[in-house]
Amino acid sequence: MKKFTAEKGLVMPLDRANVDTDYIIPKQFLKSIKRTGFGKNLFDEARYLDKGLPDQECTGRPLNPDFVSNQPRYQGASILLARENFGCGSSREHAPWALDDFGIRCVIAPSYADIFFNNCVKNGILLIVLDEKMVDQLFQETAATPGYTLNVDLAAQTIGKPDGSTIKFDVETSRKHILLNGLDDIGLTMQHADAIRAFEKSYKEKAPWLFA
Amino acid sequence: MSSMTLYDKLWNSHLVKELENGTALLYIDLHFLHEVTSPQAFEGLRLAGRRAWRASANMATPDHNVPTTTSERSRGVDGIVDPVSRIQVKFLDDNCKDFGIEEFAIDDPRHGIVHVIGPEQGRTQPGMTIVCGDSHTSTHGALGALAHGIGTSEVEHVLATQCLVQKKARNMLVQVNGALKPGVTAKDVILAIIGKIGTAGGTGYTIEFGGEVIRSLSIEGRMTVCNMAIEAGARAGLVAVDEKTISYLQGRPYAPKGELWQQAVAVWRTLVSDKDAKFDAVVELEGDDIVPQVSWGTSPEMVAPVTGKVPDPALAANDSKKGNYQQALKYMGLTAGTPIQDIKLDRVFIGSCTNSRIEDLRAAAAVVKGRKVASNIREALVVPGSGLVKAQAEQEGLDLVFKAAGLQWREPGCSMCLAMNADQLEPGEHCASTSNRNFEGRQGFGGRTHLVSPAMAAAAAVFGHFVDIRDVPLL
Repeated sequence: MKKFTAEKGLVMPLDRANVDTDYIIPKQFLKSIKRTGFGKNLFDEARYLDKGLPDQECTGRPLNPDFVSNQPRYQGASILLARENFGCGSSREHAPWALDDFGIRCVIAPSYADIFFNNCVKNGILLIVLDEKMVDQLFQETAATPGYTLNVDLAAQTIGKPDGSTIKFDVETSRKHILLNGLDDIGLTMQHADAIRAFEKSYKEKAPWLFA
Repeated sequence: MSSMTLYDKLWNSHLVKELENGTALLYIDLHFLHEVTSPQAFEGLRLAGRRAWRASANMATPDHNVPTTTSERSRGVDGIVDPVSRIQVKFLDDNCKDFGIEEFAIDDPRHGIVHVIGPEQGRTQPGMTIVCGDSHTSTHGALGALAHGIGTSEVEHVLATQCLVQKKARNMLVQVNGALKPGVTAKDVILAIIGKIGTAGGTGYTIEFGGEVIRSLSIEGRMTVCNMAIEAGARAGLVAVDEKTISYLQGRPYAPKGELWQQAVAVWRTLVSDKDAKFDAVVELEGDDIVPQVSWGTSPEMVAPVTGKVPDPALAANDSKKGNYQQALKYMGLTAGTPIQDIKLDRVFIGSCTNSRIEDLRAAAAVVKGRKVASNIREALVVPGSGLVKAQAEQEGLDLVFKAAGLQWREPGCSMCLAMNADQLEPGEHCASTSNRNFEGRQGFGGRTHLVSPAMAAAAAVFGHFVDIRDVPLL
């Protein structure tokens, strides 16, 4: 699995609460049987002015000039600044796949939806939770400073700001470990195969109808 | 042992191993699969040379992409006109064959929306842990199972190991007291709950729905409630087992039989929260206060009573909400203060894993019986949740009622709930929908969704705008 250790990158602000995964990647692109190639359709309905189709070349499509990803100052951003409950709705892992394929390695927001949170960890994307005031301040600084860049260090759990100050952030130790090492979690679970078999054996005695 | 909630009991009974750092390995009894979120998981298994840990604990059906017109469906998978969708459905067929997983394929009479057919077949049982690469897996909690949506990496993980690495959620009780007024349904209850606690109100929690109103609901009604737990941010919703749960399951094809049935029922009866169990959060609603609900915005928390008005963003609780409201009104093309009943409608959708079961279709048919679809409604679709729901409805003559009124009677699938197939709104169209999400573009690019109950959607179809179902006499 993809690692996340550190990311120094341009910040792109998406000033909108309750961004759902339909908004991140609309349904028509979920017909793909691949894991890659979703980046050009990230935020498709907000980013383009026309209706996007699967397998469509996107270079000639009319862009929504108001949308952040189309503004020259945010080109090449790798850190997304977002609002509360980011990633709510559908469980589609195509949402983190699209963020990743677009080049977003880290999201900073006050809160996230649970399923989306898990899906991001599986794809080496770091989701940082900061309190609303701090996120507000980052929105203001990003807007006021073209080329606003943050320096995220997962091991140290710090975000370095352009003025030299740092913000500390919390991360669950298990998730930190997985992200830093890019661990294959199926492989990790398989190390407990004996425990799973032992569980199944005793469980079968307690609930035989589930194994009939 | 100290008192436990139902969620605590389900968690403990599936705990394989506590892992470091506060996570745990949880055993999964049943894994549902569909065509959209599984292809990359099967591919991952192939690349790693892995097989399914316990193939018999999986069940698959294609539902998201399938067309609902009889002309396309009469030729099975080959009849799917959209080549990209056809490939995805075929890929599921092939993967199920390769990995030895039972599938109700597109032309199986038992085919349908995965969250409809699981309970219908008796695959969903109390006390189980159930997952699926679909957020509406919470539906199955109505039968006292711990059920939630997962992403594709976790689909692969469950296929390979029959387990998930989980962190235990907190316990929330949503208690709905009293009784519902006539015309008020399970859908109105869950919309009112989401309106109260918000779309992130249940984040980090498993919600148990309790109280007299929930107890009085049918199992299908409870499924409607649990289905939308995720719309309140909770991955899983639960209802304690009672005699309704047990009689619902009795005789279903995959339910235990004979002595195993007796054994199972004895265990299932214990699947309730202990009397003095502690919840981390408790929310109470009075059933008598709940009025038929209509969503006006682009988040399921943006609901109003049918007797109400589109709210004024200036009156929102804080700046963030104000911004959300303004954004939503702009997208929806609505003006603050507009009475809900004056919203102009273009289409009606009756279906989805929230509301496509036989009771839903009966409720909708009762309203349209003897009436005609209003002239301003371009299209009104009725999409049953499964082949068996469709057959049952036809046996009861509901299809004839719908057709006589001018609604279209379709083949089962997810259809216009997420509009992955051809059933879509046009930009700017307003739709009265019995589905679960009113997100921007959810039912089609630029489409505007209003979430309602089946009876409210049916009334909207024949009156051409929202009406208070409590004022509509049955003909």
